[in-house]
Amino acid sequence: MPETSAKDGYNSTFLQQVQEGSEQNLNRCYQCGNCTAGCPLSFAYDIPVNRIMRMLQAGERHAVLSSKAIWLCASCETCTTRCPNEIDVARIMDVLRHMARREGLVAEPPVRHLWDAFLKSVEKYGRVFEAGMMANFVGRTGRFWTDADLAPVAIGKGKLGFRPHSIKHQNEVQRIFARFREQQ
Amino acid sequence: MLQYAYYPGCSGLSSSIEYDVSTRALCKSLGVELVDIPDWNCCGSTPAHASDHLLSASLVARNLAIAESMGVAGIITPCPSCLKNLKTTSLRMQRKSFHEKVESIVERPVRADLPIRSVLQTVLEQCEPEAIAKHVSKPLKGLKVVPYYGCIMNRPPDVMTFDDPENPTSLDRLMSALGAEVLPFPHKVDCCGASLGLIRRELVTRLSGRILDTAAALGADAIVTACPMCQMNLDMRQGQINRANGTRHSMPVFYYTQLAGLALGQSESCLCMDKLCVSPSRALSQMGTPAQEERAR
Repeated sequence: MPETSAKDGYNSTFLQQVQEGSEQNLNRCYQCGNCTAGCPLSFAYDIPVNRIMRMLQAGERHAVLSSKAIWLCASCETCTTRCPNEIDVARIMDVLRHMARREGLVAEPPVRHLWDAFLKSVEKYGRVFEAGMMANFVGRTGRFWTDADLAPVAIGKGKLGFRPHSIKHQNEVQRIFARFREQQ
Repeated sequence: MLQYAYYPGCSGLSSSIEYDVSTRALCKSLGVELVDIPDWNCCGSTPAHASDHLLSASLVARNLAIAESMGVAGIITPCPSCLKNLKTTSLRMQRKSFHEKVESIVERPVRADLPIRSVLQTVLEQCEPEAIAKHVSKPLKGLKVVPYYGCIMNRPPDVMTFDDPENPTSLDRLMSALGAEVLPFPHKVDCCGASLGLIRRELVTRLSGRILDTAAALGADAIVTACPMCQMNLDMRQGQINRANGTRHSMPVFYYTQLAGLALGQSESCLCMDKLCVSPSRALSQMGTPAQEERAR
């Protein structure tokens, strides 16, 4: 587990940024631990989710944004569902990923590459082209062995098409991406 | 008859084609009229909402805008992930400043006020399980199933507003009405590992493995699910799971719409049973036979 005890110093704007981005009041977290108890991926995290919540309150910007946990969160919404203080914890995890990405602190690059490959496919065709997305992902990561054993099964069952299901007005989706980037 | 704007989701065109086909068949036989949203685009799924909320909402909003021009009663989708994205966006767009930002990116007006539901919710609200039972021509007699909803069909409850977030019962009630024996399943809403299979396979073999282990230990003949991602992890990855965990599961994983279609008299080929990776033939051939009935008792 990484050393996290106030090494960063207190970053007073961090908490405010996360609160504004997620529309959540983080001061309401009283460390009951329900989020961590219910999280199916706690066993794989470097920092359990309740500790991330506490570190947010303590303004430990760098330690939180460079954690692996925020990338291994599967968005299953168990934490949000069980929080007694109605904090949307999964939404906060989303916002932390957004910030880590903007600041180049992604601790699990393959997750980011997979998502980028997925979105690239959506941008190009309007819908996900799974075979193309996989090729793009392998190109980005060099992980040639990724699910190589599943390909024959998927192809045999006709579940992995070789041609994209493009939409008619691809340009509309491409404009959504372009205008989104302009506003960044 | 109410008309709904149907949002199939990208996986319905490829990895979960049998879900799409059997969903259309079920809706047709129950009088739920689906009209595809013309030229719908991908909602962005988790990659979009985990990258930026404005991008995610904008991808969803284009579909909302097209659906709104169709004059339908609402939008329905079989996929829980598409559903969560559609509903979350519709809710967030109630805030004026966000609404304006999204419209400026989509470059068209979006009301975001149509009701959005899963096919599962629509089917159960339009036809009570007792009414569905009247359509059954081939009851799923003797088939022991565990219902697996996946994480987000009912979560977060404030957004999804359907069934219980910890112990949902809609699939249970539907399967019972079709004649199946529904076993109480403690992992109903536990995570299968989602898309982490591509990056950290050991996480999925552990989480999905536990679901298979428990289903087998309970004596289930099959798992029945409502989520394309869960189905793929449990079915297509079952060999990987067995190799990683030293197990020998051979557990069919059906979409609920496939079993419903079967009970309503549709053929196995029409329901694309051959698309399932773990063969369901043994479970299906045993159904209704005396030996199976004996065992069921």
